[in-house]
Amino acid sequence: MEQNLEKIFQDKIDREVRIEPKDWMPEKYRQTLIRQISQHAHSEIIGMLPEGNWITRAPSLRRKAILLAKVQDEAGHGLYLYSAAETLGISRDQMYDQLHTGKAKYSSIFNYPSLSWADMGVVGWLVDGAAIMNQVPLCRSSFGPYARAMVRVCKEESFHQRQGFEILYVLSKGTEAQRKMAQDAINRWWWPSLMMFGPKDDESPNTIQSMKWKIKRFSNDELRQKFVDVCAEQVKVLGFTLPDNDLKWNEERGHYDFGAINWDEFWQVVQGNGPCNKERLDARKKAWEEGAWVRDAALAYANKKAKQKQAAA
Amino acid sequence: MKNEIDFLLHLADNALIIGHRNSEWCGHGPILEQDIAITNIALDYIGQARNFYQHAAELINQQPTNISVTLTGNDMVLPATEDSLAYLRDVREFKNLLITEIPNGDWAQTTLRLFLLSTFQLQLFTQLLQHSDTQVAAIAEKSIKEVSYHLKWSQDWVLRLGDGTEESKQRMQTAIENIWAYTGELFIQPEFATAACLNYSAIQTAWNQKVSAVFEEAGLSIPPKTFVQKGGANGMHTEHLGYILAEMQYLQRAYPNSEW
Repeated sequence: MEQNLEKIFQDKIDREVRIEPKDWMPEKYRQTLIRQISQHAHSEIIGMLPEGNWITRAPSLRRKAILLAKVQDEAGHGLYLYSAAETLGISRDQMYDQLHTGKAKYSSIFNYPSLSWADMGVVGWLVDGAAIMNQVPLCRSSFGPYARAMVRVCKEESFHQRQGFEILYVLSKGTEAQRKMAQDAINRWWWPSLMMFGPKDDESPNTIQSMKWKIKRFSNDELRQKFVDVCAEQVKVLGFTLPDNDLKWNEERGHYDFGAINWDEFWQVVQGNGPCNKERLDARKKAWEEGAWVRDAALAYANKKAKQKQAAA
Repeated sequence: MKNEIDFLLHLADNALIIGHRNSEWCGHGPILEQDIAITNIALDYIGQARNFYQHAAELINQQPTNISVTLTGNDMVLPATEDSLAYLRDVREFKNLLITEIPNGDWAQTTLRLFLLSTFQLQLFTQLLQHSDTQVAAIAEKSIKEVSYHLKWSQDWVLRLGDGTEESKQRMQTAIENIWAYTGELFIQPEFATAACLNYSAIQTAWNQKVSAVFEEAGLSIPPKTFVQKGGANGMHTEHLGYILAEMQYLQRAYPNSEW
């Protein structure tokens, strides 16, 4: 019976038919999606912090308004991703709990500090750029709610990336101090951005199954290469450089070659030893704990009102 | 004209500073949906500030140079822009109401402040629809749509927290006690608020009615007569504003004459 269901399920996937929440699915598929979607949702929420860090210091009213709108978008992405995950039978509170206890991960990129205004440009250009590279294929994810959420997320992310690039473009035309600020930000964020695609293919334990289930369409290394190829060209428009002496065009491969990634740093940050891991998680836990009385009051009030309505009916 | 420009700066400064305070919640709200709501409200206020500053800058730049300089502040570069007005004036030149600059406190204090302020703003902006400067009337019209939502949203929170749990009621009552001394200033007509359409005592009457009704429904009480803290419109601020400006203006001050 189970085998039969599994065959129907895989057939659907092979024919590119979307899996919907009420359809039968293997437990491992469900768990993989819960892990991936909740991790993605957490990344959006934690990702609000390094950018939120600059809202009160944005250098012009126009930049302030754009940054507010952008960070608000990230919160919105978190919201529909949590909703997509909820269709798989887990509650938002359970997911928060997994985040707060360290059971669930989020993208390690947000464990790096945003130290200057130029970081707002680089986060948009490189971090959102890498996210788009990862996420565009997810619009064709085999799980319907996730795929549909990603269509909207990708539209907004593409706006975020352009505004980031535009911040850097203005800095590149600015004073010497502004150009230095921008180059420094690129130097600090470049390697962590490359790490956003995850471990090398031969060290990525979940890739093969996820590709078979069409949760994932390209491997980590394929996407990473694509990202390097795009950025190596875009950085020329800015007149800045990427901090990699081994970066050069390889005619034969039709791709840029690039230097070795510091995987030790990657695993250190994943394990919680990045510069801001503790701060980011503490900020979220504080918001959650200090908000408990607000949520309790809202619930108590809603119950009271519902009772009054019932009594009146 | 000086009066109209000062009045525009007063409205712009109110919007900018309350927008700044609300934006401090971004990423730290008690509920994700509410985090989005308060960030959106902050964004509305930054938009209002931009509209008022842009119009003020336009009027300033139409004045003879010697007058423009006294209008904009000590060491301002002309022509004035929305950013020079927001980022290059110091504490004594800001004209915002004190209620906008006091710290957020907890969620009760933040939502209560917004309720008290947006009740005032809805009345004020409604009067401004009759302003003889059609640009002011147009900004007021656009702002009314936003402020009506801010009022509804914050009023819902005053009711919810006032009539929620014991703790939330206590916190809301404490917030009222913390903020009340700053509400009297709302109804003191600034010297520069000389437009014919303005009637501050009518604003006060409507405000009293609204606030009393909501407090009564929420089971909250208005404190006995308290001393009124005032002076914001004349540049006499609390110590909090200096820190807000230090943070907000840091890049413009540290890297002068740069484009961003």
